[in-house]
Amino acid sequence: MPKLTFRGGVHPKDQKEPTRYKSIRELEVPEVLVFPLSQHIGAPAKPLVKKGDRVLKGMKIADNEAYVSAPVHSSVSGEVIAVEPRPVPSGQEVMSIVVKNDFAEEYDPNVQPLDYTSLSPDDIPAVVREAGVVGMGGATFPTHVKLSPPPGKTIDTVIVNGAECEPYLTSDHRVMLETPDEVILGLKIILYRFGIDNGHIAIEDNKPDAIDLLSGLCAKEKGLKVDVLKKKYPQGGEKQLIYAVTRRKVPLGGLPADVGVVVVNVDTCTAIARRFMYGTPLTRRIVTVAGGCIADPCNYRVRIGTPVDFILEKAGGFTEEPKKIVMGGPMMGPPQFRLDVPIIKGTSAILCLTEKEAEVPEEGPCLRCGKCVDHCPMNLMPLYLADFARRGDIDSCEKYKITACIECGCCSYTCPAKRQLVQSIRVGKQETMAQIKKRQEAAKA
Amino acid sequence: MNTLTVSPTPHARGKDSTQDIMLDVILALMPAAFAGVYFFGQRALAVMLVSVASAVLFELLYELVAKRKITVGDYSAVVTGMLLAFTLPSSTPYPMVIIGDFVAIVITKQLFGGLGQNFMNPALIGRAFLLAAFPSQITTWPTGRMDLFSSADAVTAATPLSTEYEGALPSLFEQFTGRMSDGSAIGGCIGETCAAALLLGGIYLLIRRVISWHIPAAYIVSLALISFIPGKNPAYQGQPLLAVLSGGVMLGAIFMATDYTTSPTTKTGKLIYGVGCGVITGVIRLFGSYPEGVTYAILLMNVLTPLLDRWTMPKAFGEVKEK
Repeated sequence: MPKLTFRGGVHPKDQKEPTRYKSIRELEVPEVLVFPLSQHIGAPAKPLVKKGDRVLKGMKIADNEAYVSAPVHSSVSGEVIAVEPRPVPSGQEVMSIVVKNDFAEEYDPNVQPLDYTSLSPDDIPAVVREAGVVGMGGATFPTHVKLSPPPGKTIDTVIVNGAECEPYLTSDHRVMLETPDEVILGLKIILYRFGIDNGHIAIEDNKPDAIDLLSGLCAKEKGLKVDVLKKKYPQGGEKQLIYAVTRRKVPLGGLPADVGVVVVNVDTCTAIARRFMYGTPLTRRIVTVAGGCIADPCNYRVRIGTPVDFILEKAGGFTEEPKKIVMGGPMMGPPQFRLDVPIIKGTSAILCLTEKEAEVPEEGPCLRCGKCVDHCPMNLMPLYLADFARRGDIDSCEKYKITACIECGCCSYTCPAKRQLVQSIRVGKQETMAQIKKRQEAAKA
Repeated sequence: MNTLTVSPTPHARGKDSTQDIMLDVILALMPAAFAGVYFFGQRALAVMLVSVASAVLFELLYELVAKRKITVGDYSAVVTGMLLAFTLPSSTPYPMVIIGDFVAIVITKQLFGGLGQNFMNPALIGRAFLLAAFPSQITTWPTGRMDLFSSADAVTAATPLSTEYEGALPSLFEQFTGRMSDGSAIGGCIGETCAAALLLGGIYLLIRRVISWHIPAAYIVSLALISFIPGKNPAYQGQPLLAVLSGGVMLGAIFMATDYTTSPTTKTGKLIYGVGCGVITGVIRLFGSYPEGVTYAILLMNVLTPLLDRWTMPKAFGEVKEK
């Protein structure tokens, strides 16, 4: 079978060996947990509890009536000790609910299993929303929105994203190996919601054990299939994945629903499954703790809201003092300057990098070698975009389609002059989007 | 732990550096350099050394005077120095070599902002300047080895491409190796006569992915096709292989036209650029008063490079044509 892939991309060193064969470990639960009210794209949730309130495990503690938003649940039982802004992995401060754990592990009475077949397909998104499920691959887009495509869009394909193309990360890999039934059930629930039987689980070829296991299980189900992807970054990018599996191209500025596809991350899929199997909302996730400084790298099942410093303390210590700490993969994960930030729904990894791994190479002049053009998975010309952005030439940025950039970082990765291309483009992209928005508003007025 | 590094993503970087690329090019030039010394003797080696040394020195001096960052460590000046020497006859007087390097490094490269900023190939501008300033010295080609300081006693010959060339055309094999069956060398510049050595270097660059096939292939194929058109040199008509193996085509197509800074970055742009180089070379050879057209063909296409990049901007992934 020919392996599926996309044009462009790069081949960073895998770095997955240290964690891929180790079972997921349960991490201790800390005494104090922090639940930021904006762990998703869209409107921040509003607190439903106040200081001094008792909360239960799995209890909804914040929500927002806005459509593109998601509720937040407590992952422990205990007492609210503060509702205040706290630092989060993105570097900002976000209004958060701070809970002191009473270690009673007392569940909210609303946590009850549910047979999805007893529901009408149209009721599924609301249940998923109530469970606080958002995209756990890192983008944290509310999943119920994906499950409710706008009228006129017909979904005929559902893809579970098991590419996990970022180096170091093995959390999705371990989830597929250890709870494949949850992955399959989650996918079946989504297929049930759309009334179709065309479900794909797409996995990069560096995870043959997961491919074998899930292929065997899919064979027993109707309309489920494992797709083997060529290992290449950013294969897990939504548009690249859809193209590899279906040969369809998501139109510029469009959504997967425009080509009839819904993509969900592996752990998002299991979060949906667990909502129906056990009634539990999204209150935990699998986090890869790795990098050259970690003495015993492994995946951990972590309660959402657990502070990073607590995890690092419990995860077996350092071989050397980390020089850089990244939340997520090394290609796209934000670097951290403080460690009291909590694990949120989109945190797939904590990477503690050594001085050598963290080295920031000196920028040289652009040679115009065109490697960034060759490797850009969106077919852009990063050397020009970065140059326009640095010069503040926003009109040219727009003309060269800077808004199509997915910020995967292939350009910076491949640049022999070590230029910070994606960083310049990121800034230019924000300014360009602001300018387009302004123009649209002016046209409306 | 207030010592954490915070830097833009990605935190992982590829291995290739500007230096590595330049070293790869230098390595790829070695077979042709050896061939040059084999055919044209110690003096060819001396011309190359003088050229490299003065290119590096000019770069260093300019950066010191202009108080710029010293960048000689990126080896790009070494490449320019070697390439310029490759385009000169082994009998070129040393002061001319040094003047050529001055024009290449200081005027063409540094005055326009240094590495990556020049809009024409420095080595070729250096050569074009010398060709205009000292036409007879630059178009007198020894056909054998010369000692370090003898510059007059070697047997010289016109290039077979010239209308003044007398005698039978070299065979394909002679043209490919640069060695005539009588043991003499094909008249030409230091680095251009041995097509075999240049191809070897080209294959190395392709394998190392320093260059892509687009420019050399488009250049060579289009020139081969043009050889069927009748022109001033009837002996070459209908001899596509001879046409592409002779003169500076291999050197130009593999090493000069592929210069990153002065060639397009898109694949379509590269193809158009390569065809442009081939067509202009062919037209100059067919109708021009110079026997050879590689230098000017590439320089002209250099100027078009920014436009080619703009015209051939790839369609973004998922972009639909606006109605």
